[in-house]
Amino acid sequence: MINIPSTIKISFRALRVNKMRSALTMLGIIIGVGAVIAMLAVGTGASQKISEQISSIGSNLLIVLPGATTAGGVRMGAGTQPTLTMRDAEAILKECPSVLDVAPDLSGVAQIVYGNQNWSTGVRGTTPSVLNVRDWSIDEGKSFTEQDVKSATKVALLGQTVVDNLFGEVTPIGKVIRIKNVPFTVIGILSRKGQSPTGQDQDDTIYIPLTTAQKKLFGTAFPGMVRIIMVKAKSTEGLLDAEKQITGLLRQRHRIGPKQDNDFTVRNLTQMMQAAEQSTKVMTLLLGAIASVSLLVGGIGIMNIMLVSVTERTREIGIRMAVGAKTWDIRLQFIIEAVTLSLIGGIAGIVAGVSGSKVISMIAGWATIVSPLSILLAFSFSGLVGIFFGFYPAYKASLLNPIDALRYE
Amino acid sequence: MALIESVGITKVYKLGDVEVNALCSVSLTIERGDFIAIMGPSGSGKSTFMNILGCLDTPTTGHYLLEGTDTAQLNRDELAGIRNNKIGFVFQGFNLLPRTSALENVELPLLYNGISAKERRQKAITALKAVGLEGREGHHPTQLSGGQQQRVAIARALVNDAPIILADEPTGNLDTKTSSEIMELFVKLNRESNITIILITHESDIAAYSRRIIKFLDGCIINDEPVRKL
Ligand SMILES: Nc1ncnc2c1ncn2[C@@H]1O[C@H](COP(=O)(O)OP(=O)(O)OP(=O)(O)O)[C@@H](O)[C@H]1O
Ligand SMILES: [Mg+2]
Repeated sequence: MINIPSTIKISFRALRVNKMRSALTMLGIIIGVGAVIAMLAVGTGASQKISEQISSIGSNLLIVLPGATTAGGVRMGAGTQPTLTMRDAEAILKECPSVLDVAPDLSGVAQIVYGNQNWSTGVRGTTPSVLNVRDWSIDEGKSFTEQDVKSATKVALLGQTVVDNLFGEVTPIGKVIRIKNVPFTVIGILSRKGQSPTGQDQDDTIYIPLTTAQKKLFGTAFPGMVRIIMVKAKSTEGLLDAEKQITGLLRQRHRIGPKQDNDFTVRNLTQMMQAAEQSTKVMTLLLGAIASVSLLVGGIGIMNIMLVSVTERTREIGIRMAVGAKTWDIRLQFIIEAVTLSLIGGIAGIVAGVSGSKVISMIAGWATIVSPLSILLAFSFSGLVGIFFGFYPAYKASLLNPIDALRYE
Repeated sequence: MALIESVGITKVYKLGDVEVNALCSVSLTIERGDFIAIMGPSGSGKSTFMNILGCLDTPTTGHYLLEGTDTAQLNRDELAGIRNNKIGFVFQGFNLLPRTSALENVELPLLYNGISAKERRQKAITALKAVGLEGREGHHPTQLSGGQQQRVAIARALVNDAPIILADEPTGNLDTKTSSEIMELFVKLNRESNITIILITHESDIAAYSRRIIKFLDGCIINDEPVRKL
């Protein structure tokens, strides 16, 4: 019969006798567990941020930009020459089966004035479908309609940042603002969306009907010109199909010969972001794996100290055996010692890891997320480390011959 | 059935190429309730034999039967069980746990047979009292004299009420007065509780407390006779 409470007491006493040694051994585990938790927190924070950004730009989104990425060997920035029209957008919606919705966009930066306040921001002329394409919604008021686009009404939807800067406490709905000195009536406020993947404030924007932007604000190089066309595919799986269909359709519409380069570019933002998300996950795993190595080293430290301890206390083991300690009495004594070392180290390591990741996010400005799972994982892993690395020394101790152990000098 | 039966026990220590015959075919029988003194010059194999009787060591050849059971057939844990509740062993070199109080040293055998903490304490205090160490419960071995350490070792052998007590020179470090007190204690345990006592001694006045004296020389029994009481 094994006397667990007494065995625990014996183990604790042995650890207390060698305080410094116990503390240093624990330090290995503290560093290991702390590193695992902090690294996982950094990785989880990064991938969480990316997936937030993916959903903030709108899911299954493709963007068609004018201009080729390369033209005759010369790299041209996409979007340098206007080649896209309102008609292109309509054709994409009508003729590409994998496309759910489109939103053409003609935008520019303009000075906005309300009363004695003014603010400079991006004004985007678009169609009502932009809300569907960008997974955006109206917080207050209502959106403009197809009819507004047809008749080039002077109405505007404001982003939250614009509202904050122009209106403060005043309710903006129904108020008249001046964009480039043209009066617009505010009819709706967009919900808050936060930062874009590139760190821009997506709420610092104004939406107006496309035709109003073309005719009253920015003018066009040719009739119906738009800067970009945002396209929402029907599904994530359909993104590549949609990309192909759009490319084929626009090549045909722009009369581009088989040997000629495209005069437009299709960007698959979702795919780019998913690739980024994937690589962040891999990075998280890598960081975790590297940190685990230090936990392993900590475990070897425990084993080392336990082996020393077994050798040092051979006579003690002999005495215990001589008065009746059985195999598992001896084994448990040393395993409990090892597990105590690793668990106390583990708890301290969790504290170190959590505060470490706080410090990282403060200093480096990275989002870190300590998941309860990683804490649970680190804690049980450190317990396992104790059992695993404690077992061999304990096993070795339990196999000693009582008389040899007693005679050990 | 005899309590202890030693059948042709030998013990050979191999040190490199040299073989030391510590015991050469020792055969003897010890009945329940006997009180035996083992004597003999230094190096004659007394401790070696005692260690085998105490299930701490195994014979090279021969058989050791305890209550009719051949100890060679028992596994480690069964032997540990015998050491725990059948035998109280007093070592020649005390073998107390360092940095551990006298009380806890005496409690040690009880730790391994499932007795409650309260009862352990009670029994240990009683055993310490029996060897005259009242008030020293909290002392560590380094805070005790040689004789006091020896008495702690004796108390540890008494604490589990084992039917057999094996004592390797239990009075070696004690003055005449304490020696006779300890021997009186052994005599009392032997008479009143029918505990079998086997002890090793170099002194004939200590051996005189026993009922049978066995003499060893070079690993062999050279003499085995009852004590003539005056
Ligand atoms: N572990 C060992 N390895 C080798 N030889 C040993 C070992 N233990 C004892 N011996 C030898 O066995 C012989 C008997 O030793 P033992 O300890 O039994 O003597 P003893 O009769 O108890 O002596 P003492 O009265 O001095 O205690 C000695 O010659 C000793 O050298
Ligand atoms: Mg001896």
